[in-house]
Amino acid sequence: MDHLERLENRSIHLLREAYSCIPNLAMLWSIGKDSTALLHLARKAFFGHVPFPLIHIDTNYKIPEMTAYRDRLALEWKLTMIVGRNDAALAQKRTFPDGAVDRITCCRLLKTQALKDVLSGQGLRLKLNHSTGGYEPDPSREPYTGVIAGIRADEEGSRSKERYFSPRDTESRWDLGDQPPEFWDQYKTDFAPGTHVRIHPLLDWREVDVWEYIDREAVPTVSLYYDQGEGRRYRSLGCHPCTSPVESTARTPKEIVAELRTGKFKDIAERSGRAQDLEDRGTLEELRRDGYM
Amino acid sequence: MAVEKGRESLRVVMAGHVDHGKTSLVGRLLADTLSLPKGKLEQVKAFCERNARPFEYAFLIDALKDEQSQGITIDVARIFFKTTARDYLLLDAPGHVEFLKSMVSGAAHASAALLVVDAEEGVRENTQRHGTMLSMLGIRHVAVVVNKMDRVSFREDRFLAISEEISAFLRRLGLEPASVIPISAREGSNITARSELLPWYDGPTVLEALDRFPAEPPLEKLPLRLPVQDVYRFTALGDQRRIIAGTIASGILRLGDEVVFYPSGKSSRVATIEGFPKPPVGAARAGAAVGFTLREQVYVRRGELAVKRGQTPPQTSSRLRASVFWLGKAPLEPGRDYVLKLGTARVPARVESVQRVIDTSTLRVLEGRGRVERHEAAECVLAMSAAIAFDRAEDNVLTGRFVIVDGTEIRGGGLVLESLPDAGSRQRERVILRNIKWQKGLVPREQREARFAQKAALVMVSGRDDGLRKAAARALEEELYRQGRLVYFLGIGSLLYGVGADIRGTAENHEEDFRRFSEVAHILMDSGMILVSTAAELSQADWDIVCNAVEPDRAVAVWVGQKGGREESTNLKPDLLVCAQDKAGVVAQVVALLRAKGILSA
Ligand SMILES: Nc1nc2c(ncn2[C@@H]2O[C@H](COP(=O)(O)OP(=O)(O)O)[C@@H](O)[C@H]2O)c(=O)[nH]1
Ligand SMILES: [Mg+2]
Repeated sequence: MDHLERLENRSIHLLREAYSCIPNLAMLWSIGKDSTALLHLARKAFFGHVPFPLIHIDTNYKIPEMTAYRDRLALEWKLTMIVGRNDAALAQKRTFPDGAVDRITCCRLLKTQALKDVLSGQGLRLKLNHSTGGYEPDPSREPYTGVIAGIRADEEGSRSKERYFSPRDTESRWDLGDQPPEFWDQYKTDFAPGTHVRIHPLLDWREVDVWEYIDREAVPTVSLYYDQGEGRRYRSLGCHPCTSPVESTARTPKEIVAELRTGKFKDIAERSGRAQDLEDRGTLEELRRDGYM
Repeated sequence: MAVEKGRESLRVVMAGHVDHGKTSLVGRLLADTLSLPKGKLEQVKAFCERNARPFEYAFLIDALKDEQSQGITIDVARIFFKTTARDYLLLDAPGHVEFLKSMVSGAAHASAALLVVDAEEGVRENTQRHGTMLSMLGIRHVAVVVNKMDRVSFREDRFLAISEEISAFLRRLGLEPASVIPISAREGSNITARSELLPWYDGPTVLEALDRFPAEPPLEKLPLRLPVQDVYRFTALGDQRRIIAGTIASGILRLGDEVVFYPSGKSSRVATIEGFPKPPVGAARAGAAVGFTLREQVYVRRGELAVKRGQTPPQTSSRLRASVFWLGKAPLEPGRDYVLKLGTARVPARVESVQRVIDTSTLRVLEGRGRVERHEAAECVLAMSAAIAFDRAEDNVLTGRFVIVDGTEIRGGGLVLESLPDAGSRQRERVILRNIKWQKGLVPREQREARFAQKAALVMVSGRDDGLRKAAARALEEELYRQGRLVYFLGIGSLLYGVGADIRGTAENHEEDFRRFSEVAHILMDSGMILVSTAAELSQADWDIVCNAVEPDRAVAVWVGQKGGREESTNLKPDLLVCAQDKAGVVAQVVALLRAKGILSA
């Protein structure tokens, strides 16, 4: 069993543990490479089925290709697709692109708040109708008690401290000073009412592992990751006002792997194109303590 | 790039007393092997300057705000780095005793350890406690690093004294240090390159010691152990497969293998090992997360252990002796309810007795203590509410270790020393043998059940009011029959003079009567039938006999009227307590329960 196979088997094991032990489970799908690789792992774990809904948090500032690509795969793979959005903040124009708040507050409102509301069932939940291809309000208000997320330990400092099964309190907060012990393949699967757990099957993957896996398994990924002839591509995908492309001519997962292993990105951090990470040391930690993924 | 593929990887935990330099060593390793992202070192140095703080290599790793302001590690960090030989995942554990549970979480995922000791301070409480935990967690490969040699003028005698002390301690735990290395994380001595400041030392550098740790051992040579994670039937898109899912802990699973599931003893042959999107495969090895289908359908569920017929069978019991460590604030003690999780099994458990308590930092035995306090280790006898399958840790550690849940939290872990006999052992052995020898027809039980929109079950109605309980049981049978179910009233009395004719008049026949009743019930339930029966003031001991013979989650105990009465029956934990005064009320409540349990559908 090679390195990638070992990572793959472990992730599948974690996905299955989550499915068997957590009653009301969902998976976050940001359309990015990590959560798309994770979606592929889920289809492998459950032999072509994805037995829980996928949640996408729509900030309204996602790059348009992302939404089109999401709906195409959701229909093709028969996914239960749920979209959450903070319509109140968008209507009141309380966003960074509107010039009303700083980047961090914008993330907090459009991502963290929208996520919390969709999880608790108190906010907007739009569900994909497979016969029309459109989205309709989801009648279910049942809170989700488990959320699978595709974060990796090598992304940044606070994520390097995560657990595979990471509890969140009734306010979605993360208590970093008192995380549960996790050993011998046994995870925290008992919870007080109102709390939930984040499950992180990709914790041990590095950026280059994800790309090698995408290459090996031919996982379909959104075109924004590849140079379309202009010498630019996205290395990490977020909202367009806060994410900038990098200069690169990589056109395929293979070329991206080469770039990461021996080429120009050999020693450059993945999220260096994300503006909100640079504003203050520890910003992401603050966001994550507060419920951000 | 081809050389990068299939590279080996190893997980190594950093252990040792707080402030002895674990995190600094990791930071230094990253910096000296040029593993840091561009600009990271400069960024941290500039940050220190702005805040008028001396630069620390530890700041490269201790990422949390609280960690940086307090200068300590609070939770395990996962750090990736690589040498020319292989990839590493370093788990940088905190050294403060308060964070021992984080240290355990990091160490348990490692297969080797670097134990860091401060040359000036020498071996301290948590150096030893971490050593003990490494041994309990089953880590066999440990290298000791004596850090801060700059503080002791790089003196050899100081190094030798510490080296001897810690090596002697580790040997008491059965750990032989692979090497003991004098270093200075601050000066960068003996980390990636040998240092002139330590001319008297000719052993490996830290980097060399890492590369010398042996690769993780292959587990496929051991007998097959596959804890069942779940059984999938995704019928939504017309998928008819019934897939048993789980990760192979040890051994190899092959097409056509006869597998036996413990503790039930049910067996069948592997029909396919499924794949997606790839086609099915012929074999799968330890570490693989698999799904397989069976030739003859048997009913199994999460928590059972699949093994290969002909290989060493696992132990099955509801009692075991174990070596445990405890991390909870409240002590581990008899008289309280816990849950034990081993493999995928999960059962309520209690501490029957505490035999020997050990101080994890001194290894001193604490006499005459009936409970285990936080951060202590002990030998205990644990009694579970049902039998599970496991191995002794020395035979197969993957199926010989467990965690103990207190309330909603994992508070301790343990290694199985031995299986102990329990009241049900004799009967369970018979049941396992019966299941192994069971002859299957071509029609699976699930298909028979589906015809009647039901699941096979045994409903036992008990209570003190003889008239009400008997009338209610019969009315229940009638109601289910009226609904079109396959149902039968099986009175215990119907068995006594036929099935039990040979033991009539012998003295100790009560248990045997119950066992025979349960075996008859088992046959009828295998035909998909729902059985209704009744027993006056059922005791938990009698009910255990029934649950050992039939599938326990298909056995439903109902108590009608006030609890109490006969002393033995007061300890029965029924699935339903009905206070209704008439049989119609009882029937309605039982039917509702059967629906809730999924025994009745449609
Ligand atoms: N003089 C000296 N100080 C060191 C050395 N290594 C670490 N330290 C200091 O020891 C303190 C604790 O180090 P840290 O790495 O946080 O220890 P940890 O708690 O084991 O992770 C810090 O102030 C370091 O600067 C060394 O080799 N020499
Ligand atoms: Mg530290």
